[in-house]
Amino acid sequence: MGLNALALVSISVIVLGTFYLGYHGSRTANTTRDFLVARRRVSVHQNAAAIAGEFLSAASFIGIVGLVLKNGPDELWYAIGFTAGYLALLLFVAAPLRRSGAYTLPDFVEARLGSRGLRGLAAVITVAIGYIYLIPQLQGAGLTLNSVLPWAPDWLGVVVVTIVVVVNVLSGGMRAITLVQAFQYWVKLFAITVPAFVLCVVFAGGGPPDGQQSLTAPGPPMFTQDTTVTLEQAVKLEVPQPMRLPDVHGWVNGIRADGPAWWNAGEQRIGAKTQLTFSAGTPVPTVSGAVQDNADWLRPQSGGLPELFDTYSLIFATFLGILGLPHVLARFYTNPDGRSARRTTLHVLLLLGAFYLFPALLGALSRIYEPQLLVTGKTDAAVLLLPAAMLPGLPGQLLGAVVAAGAFAAFMSTSSGLLVSLAGVVSTDVSRGRVRDFRWSTVLVVVAPLVGALLLRSNDVSLGVGMALAMAASTFCPVLMLGIWWRGLTWVGAGAGMVLGGSLVALALVTNIVSGYTGDWAPAVVRQPALITVPIAFLTMIIVSKATSRRRPEDVNRIMLRLHAPDPLGFTRDRDVLRFGEGQTDGRHRKLAIRSRLRSRRSSSTA
Amino acid sequence: MTGERTPDKPSTELVPVERQPQPVRKPPRRKKVVLAEAKGSRTVARTIVELEEQTSVGEHLVRSLVWAQFRTSFWMAVLLIVSLASLPLLFFLFPAFGDLTVFGIRLPWVLLGALPYPLLYGLGVWYVRRAERHERDFVSMVDR
Repeated sequence: MGLNALALVSISVIVLGTFYLGYHGSRTANTTRDFLVARRRVSVHQNAAAIAGEFLSAASFIGIVGLVLKNGPDELWYAIGFTAGYLALLLFVAAPLRRSGAYTLPDFVEARLGSRGLRGLAAVITVAIGYIYLIPQLQGAGLTLNSVLPWAPDWLGVVVVTIVVVVNVLSGGMRAITLVQAFQYWVKLFAITVPAFVLCVVFAGGGPPDGQQSLTAPGPPMFTQDTTVTLEQAVKLEVPQPMRLPDVHGWVNGIRADGPAWWNAGEQRIGAKTQLTFSAGTPVPTVSGAVQDNADWLRPQSGGLPELFDTYSLIFATFLGILGLPHVLARFYTNPDGRSARRTTLHVLLLLGAFYLFPALLGALSRIYEPQLLVTGKTDAAVLLLPAAMLPGLPGQLLGAVVAAGAFAAFMSTSSGLLVSLAGVVSTDVSRGRVRDFRWSTVLVVVAPLVGALLLRSNDVSLGVGMALAMAASTFCPVLMLGIWWRGLTWVGAGAGMVLGGSLVALALVTNIVSGYTGDWAPAVVRQPALITVPIAFLTMIIVSKATSRRRPEDVNRIMLRLHAPDPLGFTRDRDVLRFGEGQTDGRHRKLAIRSRLRSRRSSSTA
Repeated sequence: MTGERTPDKPSTELVPVERQPQPVRKPPRRKKVVLAEAKGSRTVARTIVELEEQTSVGEHLVRSLVWAQFRTSFWMAVLLIVSLASLPLLFFLFPAFGDLTVFGIRLPWVLLGALPYPLLYGLGVWYVRRAERHERDFVSMVDR
């Protein structure tokens, strides 16, 4: 009960803090430019913290630790790839994208290629990526709340996060969430460093619990005490060696079991709601798909050629996917100029690097202290349960509450960033882009992912994110890379590449979901298709553009100049100012808007 | 029309396309130049006019800038791929490499868990320096 109460308090504090900062940030937000791009006046450090805060999602905060617990160091490629993706963004996209003066990704596409139709297509893909990314975030919130407060149903976390995020975005759009996301980065860094340090000290002081296998020894991890596990979903367990279970209640291999049981080595199919009790000293059976032997687990690339393919596909998706994620790019429009966009990205590398030092450590500790998670397969809960497993009593509960708060911050910051970018695209592409339109778009776009999160089965949180990255890498990444660096791109080529790449990834996603319900037959290619789809998208764009070179925008030289000319020359034109004006208001807050306009003029004249 | 500069008024031909009933087929070759109010470049450089007017000199300048920037980015990316993306192949081809230990920790865990981040940040710092140097060179060339 102690953990419940403390976790409830810490989560409430985070939720209330988020509300307050959203309110604080949105007091002066009243123009379209406030809602879309926070009036393009976010400083380098604040924007970097906001980008890092937005990006460190459920996948980073709880997903990577769980995957490391299950599969070993190869899963660290998620963390490396995410950070390296920002380096790729810095190298190829950050400054030119800001200098284009665009305010959404579809707007950039139109500015560069001059096609209204392509703008619409880009808007559709933006919404698709946003949904694929948003659903795992919301489901992660449900899982977290359920892990720390066992009485809370899964849908409660989903609904709480949705409400908080929607209210913030409604009140101030980008302006409101900038402060929130920056704050939530520091919350997350705190929530992962403090437990990591404390638990390391505990481990260094006490060593592994009695009876636990050393991580370097061959053989599976052991139960160090009598452990009772209740399975919520049906699983297939790999049993490493014959073992006696003192107590089993439920269905094993389709036969009802009540009482002690003998299991032979091999595969056991366990029904949902089965309760298994293991005695201390028995090796841990693992869900199929997880690495069982500690020696294999410790070594990278122990899974042979398919795993090598997996890893490279993941590297491909993350290195290139980040620079196509609409909600990440949306934050770069808020910088004042191209140079500060570049410096922001650099600072993001520092902030992300600091955070990602810890998942490996926590994953290894989870392997030692929480082997029972390998039985249920709910490894995403590892980081949440680790403090209580390692530190009995109040200190463990306190740390657990801190981690839970950090996880909640992760869901809220990522979801709010996604929602702002989606609402921005919908309100400016479907309707006229007034503040009012932005608000109803927000409510409209949140409905579908909310329903999806409640109905779809939750896979590992990271996998959904991996799919969104593959989608971004196969659609927007080639458009941005070629559009920024190659004069020859035409709207026909860009459109063909985006359609082909996007539909291939969508096909993989659907296959994946179907296979998930019908016995996991999908091959590795389908789980992470980027290695195939990204080159296809690039090639299609290049070939079709070459074939349609008469469709090149006539002012392509002028556009290239604008994208690459250094800021002091002043070629940048902010397209949002051209479309919505400096300070178009709803008519209610005119005074404020005029004052801020004066301020901006004064500050620019002194600069 | 060619000699006048009216910095108070925004230039008219930069109105976004969606506002205009008919997209302009061919942008006029000669332009009014509106220098940015910001960042105080007081000296009106002839080269800026050439840039905006898309003369062959201006076009050549822009092409060389884009090319220089791209070369820098490209080689940084190659460096990134060689240093990081070669690791899985290395672990796959030489499994014994994965069993080495440094300070009591397995080498792969150090290589994958901690070292990439300083490396990535270092690459980033280096790139930003070089990119900004290219831009300074360009500005000083244009302002001369």
